[in-house]
Amino acid sequence: MSTAWRIGVDTSRCIGTSICAGTAPEHFRLVGGLSAPLADVVAPADVILDAADSCPVEAITVHDASDDRLIAPQE
Amino acid sequence: MTESAQTTESRSVPPARPYPFSVPDRLVVDPTYGELRENEPMTRVKLPYGEEAWLATRYEDVRTVLGDVRFGRAPAVQRDEPRLTPRQQYSGMLTMDPPDHTRLRRLVAKAFTARRVEALRPRTQEIADGLVDNMVRLGPPADLVEHVATPLPIQVICELLGVPYADRDRFHIWSEAIVSTTSLPMETIQEYLNNLWGYIGALVAERRREPGIDDLLGALVRARDENQDRLSETELVELAGGLLAAGHETTVTQIPNFVYVLLHNPDQLARLRTDPSLVPAAVEELLRYVPLGVGSSFARYAKEDVEVGGVLVRAGEPVLGSLSSANRDGTVFADPDRLDLEREQNPHMGFGHGVHHCVGAQLARMELQVAVATLVTRLPGLRLAVPEAELQWKRGMLVRGLLGMPVAW
Ligand code: HEM
Ligand code: HEM
Ligand code: SF4
Repeated sequence: MSTAWRIGVDTSRCIGTSICAGTAPEHFRLVGGLSAPLADVVAPADVILDAADSCPVEAITVHDASDDRLIAPQE
Repeated sequence: MTESAQTTESRSVPPARPYPFSVPDRLVVDPTYGELRENEPMTRVKLPYGEEAWLATRYEDVRTVLGDVRFGRAPAVQRDEPRLTPRQQYSGMLTMDPPDHTRLRRLVAKAFTARRVEALRPRTQEIADGLVDNMVRLGPPADLVEHVATPLPIQVICELLGVPYADRDRFHIWSEAIVSTTSLPMETIQEYLNNLWGYIGALVAERRREPGIDDLLGALVRARDENQDRLSETELVELAGGLLAAGHETTVTQIPNFVYVLLHNPDQLARLRTDPSLVPAAVEELLRYVPLGVGSSFARYAKEDVEVGGVLVRAGEPVLGSLSSANRDGTVFADPDRLDLEREQNPHMGFGHGVHHCVGAQLARMELQVAVATLVTRLPGLRLAVPEAELQWKRGMLVRGLLGMPVAW
């Protein structure tokens, strides 16, 4: 049971659609046209997976902060 | 409360202008947009149907309207939405806000990621080559709309969804009803939509009989049958029908539009021909440059009072964002009315912005890249086979484009 997730945004992939910031505004915003997480390590929440799974270029990754297991994006 | 007093004062609501500002003329962007960006960036407009609305014309403001969570699409279904069509849309992803919207969008988003779409490129190239081969065999003059632009995206979306391409003549007509404004009577539009839903419903039933079918439709049916809360039966049918329809008019119309613009810019076309590595950047620039929509984005409703472009938009008021105008904003794009296939910074809004950013964007990009590269490299002498004045443009549709494009090579 993971208690914390680590959010990463690969800004070399991000194309600035703002889908993530619209889906999970409490976790993502656009800075200079590209996505940036508001906090890197956060409490698990489904809406973060929604954002990661909705990104068209799979720029958002979510890992378990304790064991580094990849949680999203899912295949 | 000086602040609210001030914003109230800055809110002298001007009379509404009829919108669209003019009957579409080929692919010309009405100069009114430029004047408005300069002098009245938030203006009042009245569309053929629905209530009056604000129209945002500056890039930053359009991004706010489409991207800011204080605006939403869902309220539109309770209102007389400003629109070009007699029928109002009451369902589908484009009438929802998160989290409802997210639920549907996430189900299909996976099938349209850049990575998944890249896997479809070789097959798309094969289809494009086959279509060009066939056109060459028929010999000039040939209609580019009929022989390449229409079959290419339709065949790709059919294979992705799992819709028999052999049925294309039927659903092409039905899905045209979705982007028709005045060219079809209301009853016909309703009849076509019912036909489309019935047709998809039959394909869904087939997926239930043969659960192993590995296409997007099969995946959606499994998602629905595994967990009924994720997707209702109506949503399932509308989602698939919507993808089929949206996969049509847009890319089908853009391919000839892109060729038309390139033929008007022969020096840049020549550059592209000698260096096909420019194709991806060229497609982005063409997406910026070509005003595909007759109107603007769908209306967003303010969920609270929001200041946009110096105007206080009151909670409950609808705002439209003009993508064509945002794409010609000189504060973002240097020399915005010039086509520049080698433009370096190109954060265009051709696919919208925010949660409704086109779900088919990566697919459309790939299809357009394949189409442009194939046409310019395989048909180096590509040209119009009729005088420009004889070209027939669409009328009474939501999109701007050619009804036919006779070409020689
Ligand atoms: C890309 C730009 C799009 C434009 C400009 C557009 C425009 C429209 C318009 C104006 C209507 C109303 C038709 C009428 O009243 O005659 C409509 C209906 C509809 N659209 Fe779109 N649409 C677009 C994309 C989509 C997409 C992506 C979907 C898929 C989810 C979709 C699904 C539908 C459906 C299902 C209807 C019929 C709704 C109903 O029967 O109540 N459209 N569209
Ligand atoms: C050149 C081709 C295309 C262009 C220019 C285009 C443009 C757009 C735009 C501007 C929107 C946002 C509308 C708004 O926010 O008011 C949109 C939405 C949408 N498009 Fe496209 N589109 C294209 C191709 C496609 C294709 C091929 C598909 C399907 C496979 C597709 C499916 C959709 C869907 C489902 C939405 C609604 C998304 C949502 O509400 O979350 N589009 N498109
Ligand atoms: S959804 Fe993906 S591409 Fe879009 S802004 Fe977020 S990270 Fe960037």
